[in-house]
Amino acid sequence: MTATTASRRSAEPAKPGRSAKTVKPSKARAGGHSGIRESAVSRTIAMAVMVVATLYFLTPIWWLFVASSKTRADFTTTAPLWFADFALFENIAALFDYRNAVFLRWLANSALYAGIGALIATIIAAMAGYAIAKYTFRGRETLFNVILGGVLVPATALALPLFLLFSQVGATNTIWAVFLPSLVSPFGVYLSRIYAAASVPDEIIEAARIDGAGEVRTFFTVATRLMAPALVTIFLFQFVAIWNNFFLPLIMLRDESLFPVTLGLYVWNTQVSQIPDIRALVIVGSLLSIIPLILTFLGLQRFWQSGLANGGLK
Amino acid sequence: MTDIAVRKSRGIRHRGALAVFLVPFGALFALFYVIPIGYAVYQSLLVVERDGTFGPAVQVFGGLTQYIAVFENEAFWSSIGRVLLFGVVQVPIMLGVALILALLLDSPLVRGSKFFRLAFFAPYAVPSVIAAIMWGFLYSPNLSPFTGVTQNVDFLSAESVLWSIANVVTWVYVGYNMLIIYSALLAIPSEIYEAARLDGASQFRIAWSIKIPLVVPALVLTGIFSIIGTLQLLAEPQVFQSFSSAVTSTFTPNLTIYSTASIPNISLAAAMSVVLALATFVLSFTVLKLTQRRTAA
Repeated sequence: MTATTASRRSAEPAKPGRSAKTVKPSKARAGGHSGIRESAVSRTIAMAVMVVATLYFLTPIWWLFVASSKTRADFTTTAPLWFADFALFENIAALFDYRNAVFLRWLANSALYAGIGALIATIIAAMAGYAIAKYTFRGRETLFNVILGGVLVPATALALPLFLLFSQVGATNTIWAVFLPSLVSPFGVYLSRIYAAASVPDEIIEAARIDGAGEVRTFFTVATRLMAPALVTIFLFQFVAIWNNFFLPLIMLRDESLFPVTLGLYVWNTQVSQIPDIRALVIVGSLLSIIPLILTFLGLQRFWQSGLANGGLK
Repeated sequence: MTDIAVRKSRGIRHRGALAVFLVPFGALFALFYVIPIGYAVYQSLLVVERDGTFGPAVQVFGGLTQYIAVFENEAFWSSIGRVLLFGVVQVPIMLGVALILALLLDSPLVRGSKFFRLAFFAPYAVPSVIAAIMWGFLYSPNLSPFTGVTQNVDFLSAESVLWSIANVVTWVYVGYNMLIIYSALLAIPSEIYEAARLDGASQFRIAWSIKIPLVVPALVLTGIFSIIGTLQLLAEPQVFQSFSSAVTSTFTPNLTIYSTASIPNISLAAAMSVVLALATFVLSFTVLKLTQRRTAA
């Protein structure tokens, strides 16, 4: 997971001014001189590679979906990659019934940690990045460099220190122990700074000042709109980072009712050898836990793809 | 003239607004990044002392005692060796595949590139824990859809489990890295290879001589951050403990830290955390600087 938190940044700010549009030209390019000169052989080989890769990436997810739809008996006795009796909804109902709907509780916890957490993290990071991009003040570059250093500190490296600190104030095993640390996104500040510098013209801020709007209000009404692709990108990747976070809740939480869904499923998976029936729940639960993420990514792809193109790497 | 005056006074004029913008992030960053790191360093300098065998345990300042213990801790160093070996093999394979897929998506040879892009990226939406659970089933000798393979090859044995985990990590992150390289490819103005096209250069030739050199910075950076991720490996091996007894409690550095902290030997675990964080930081910072110089040249 940490491989990713970090790999979204570059050594130096990407060339500003290249925004959402970057994704488009490829199509024109690909279409422009496509065909004619490429031999049928190269085409066939290229498409074969694509198909093999698609099978590699999608088969496990397909298997998970098929396995989730099977009754316990069918799971071991029918072809693993095709449907038998379609019992997906019965399985989901059984999962939700198990131990007073603890799984629903975990889903709700994950939604809270990741949804609200990423939302607040995005706003806070956007404000800081915007301020660093648009105002001159003493220590600006130092501050930015310290935050950049923070991007290089992987989340897992912070888990144990955070545990030590929270246990000093007796706050381990609480919602706050997982929620509060996830509000910090140094990468978000980095991306906001680059994006604000490139897409929020000084003239607009000046115009808002002349109109008598306050600085903070200008940020929320004008700047956030211009920074939208970057904000969606920050939100999404912070959402994924929190949703996927495992070490911090593992170290912090003892009380099952506070678990996020990843930790809950992990604990169930360790119990499969003692309680074999739980295996079916782990499989359906895994499917349910990835659907929200896949749908979010699909729904917002227009935004995050351009956000990545602009702020990620040139 | 006036412009300069406005700029100069900005910091003072908008002090209130600046505070509103910067204080929330600054405070949280200090609380949950800077202070924990400081506290871990402090904790790593303590040792536990007892009065006799059964006396109450007291934490006292022990200087670098814990660091000496870290350097003498064989399990810790062999876990570092293991993830470095993992990284040396897995990172080039992952980035190589990501590069090939990105180049193919960017070439006119492939139809339906939008579909393929999303299909390859989909695993990134699967949390590491879930991906590990899923592949655990796929590797299983009895439950796998590919029992023909898994009954003959033991993916969970002591020799192969590291590489089975490498496959899980590769599966999750290839699409993500591919997308970053692909973004870099899109940023290349197409006029650059217009001339090569007119001279009749093949797609392979254009990819090799023009595109790859231009995305080297993207490759090096995804490489650095993949190495960082490798050093921090935790969720996948932790899950694989349920599938394979070969994954010990000191399989990776973070697992070693976790099991040391749950003994509980907090000070030793804190010292290990500091050593691992420093190693990670120095490694990434060094390569980052090297890249910057190379990009500038």
